[in-house]
Amino acid sequence: MSGAVIELRGLSTRFGDVWVHRGIDLRLEAGQVTALVGGSGSGKTTLLRQMVGLLRPAEGEVRLFGEPLFSGGRLEQAARRRRFGMLFQQGALFSALNVYENVAFPLREMRTLTREEIDDLVMLKLAMVELRPEHALLMPAELSGGMIKRVALARALALEPELLLLDEPTAGLDPDRSAGFVRLIRELQRQLGFTVVLVTHDLDTLAALSSRIAVLAEGRILAFGTLDEIVQIDDPFIERFFLGERSRAALVRGKEAN
Amino acid sequence: MTGVSRLDNFGAQLLWRAWDSALPDSAEIPGNLRAVFERLAHTEVAVPPRPLGDGILAPILAVGRSVLRFRNHLGDFVVLLGQLAIDAAFVFRHPTQAPWLEFSANLFKVGVRAMPVTALVGFLIGVVLSYLSALQLKAFGADVFIVNILGLGIIRELGPVLVSVLVAGRSGSAMTAQLGVMRVTEEIDALSTMGISRYLRLVAPKVAALTCAMPLLVLWTSAVALFGGMVSARIQLDIGFSFFLETLPRVVPLANLYIALLKGATFGLLIALVACHFGLRVKPNTESLSANTTASVVSAITVVILVDAIFAIATRNIGVPI
Ligand SMILES: Nc1ncnc2c1ncn2[C@@H]1O[C@H](COP(=O)(O)OP(=O)(O)O)[C@@H](O)[C@H]1O
Ligand SMILES: [Mg+2]
Repeated sequence: MSGAVIELRGLSTRFGDVWVHRGIDLRLEAGQVTALVGGSGSGKTTLLRQMVGLLRPAEGEVRLFGEPLFSGGRLEQAARRRRFGMLFQQGALFSALNVYENVAFPLREMRTLTREEIDDLVMLKLAMVELRPEHALLMPAELSGGMIKRVALARALALEPELLLLDEPTAGLDPDRSAGFVRLIRELQRQLGFTVVLVTHDLDTLAALSSRIAVLAEGRILAFGTLDEIVQIDDPFIERFFLGERSRAALVRGKEAN
Repeated sequence: MTGVSRLDNFGAQLLWRAWDSALPDSAEIPGNLRAVFERLAHTEVAVPPRPLGDGILAPILAVGRSVLRFRNHLGDFVVLLGQLAIDAAFVFRHPTQAPWLEFSANLFKVGVRAMPVTALVGFLIGVVLSYLSALQLKAFGADVFIVNILGLGIIRELGPVLVSVLVAGRSGSAMTAQLGVMRVTEEIDALSTMGISRYLRLVAPKVAALTCAMPLLVLWTSAVALFGGMVSARIQLDIGFSFFLETLPRVVPLANLYIALLKGATFGLLIALVACHFGLRVKPNTESLSANTTASVVSAITVVILVDAIFAIATRNIGVPI
């Protein structure tokens, strides 16, 4: 069996008459941290949503862990979905549930754990994302932007997924918080060894986290490789994105942080 | 213009127009204001684009759009029903997956919590109906028929419809808004990525809970409304409680109660389905949320009254003493 965690084969997405993606082929190996970059509206979020089955491709297919995403019966599909976690751009915490219940939610869905086991696991996950026990009873509306992302990360990690998908994990955080969040993800990734796909605009985050970069433009993957390989490529979009004055400084900062 | 020390864009624009887009030779403009006019001279004033109207075809296009929108609604509604059927079959085979917790929470919310308000409204309607009928009946000396009027009117017709209107406004709108907000905040997507069906977890418990709660609410409200009517009848017509209660089963056949319960369950089912249908249609923006919530309540009440008319025709020979 190949080590591909996600494989996109000739994937196309269409909304009405607009093609967002056309024939995307991409293979992401286990243990890698892949950053998906591209201009605003280039379809990064949409591609992430394709990978987790929130959308159906107009053409082509998505394979997750070596199997077609939509194969198998309902229970098999649910089991497949428990193998990845997704961090939405706005967190998407359940607003009717407090922090504890949000993190406990996927655990309770297993219907096999006892109360005490869930208690222990939730507190462990909260500690992992550096939240204190007294935060457990807060409601999502009472949390700051950074804390929402942490809770959402704890929830995404609740079932110890093999794959974590992050949509703009540092958007809307101040530079200090976003550096903290990046460090947190990197440490967790090293400890737990999951595969990561992240969408980001932020070059600091990109340089600090990713081992592979996929550049999305005009509905296809323009380039895929390590940062050093990507910056060699002669393309106007890549040049603007990576080689501007500010971009270079950010990349250097990010690499130092790594 | 030497007296002018400051000039905003609007002022400059006014002057510029009055001067026909050129500085008159005679104008003396202080140095610091020259820049303002130079900017005007160099920018071409663009005409803001206006949305294209439909012209004379507007009425025809409007009709066409509403037909398409209706077809779209119908399609979505069929999908909703189909998904619920699939989920029901799934739960039948895997009973451990049944969302009992959500069901009981919803039952409490739409049933128990609605009891005070339905009781209050029911009581007042009972009093008013009894009072108005009594005025007329007294004129004909037909006092005892108050029992027939109240009994048939409230149990068979008023009870179910009254509760439906209240529940559509109260629980139907809440269901639509809840699903809509979950849509806006991507909570529904988060559920899907956890492998949880929104139909099974969010829609089915609501539909089942309201279908079960409505007949009970109808029973409760009709009872309170009859009580209100009884109180009023006693004050106005001197008809005692015991006489009222003894006469009631004689003049109102039991079939009416069954019809009322059946109506209650049907209306509950329809209100919940309509509410969830609109809730799932919410697009991720606040405008769509409010539009769908309004549409949900209006449609639910309309559908209930239409179906009530169908009931009236279908049951016209049942339970009515001639
Ligand atoms: N549900 C949808 N319906 C119609 N168009 C959509 C939908 N979701 C995204 N789009 C369009 O797809 C394009 C890509 O969106 P997105 O993936 O969110 O971009 P980004 O790369 O900024 O995350 C945008 O032009 C957007 O308007
Ligand atoms: Mg996006």
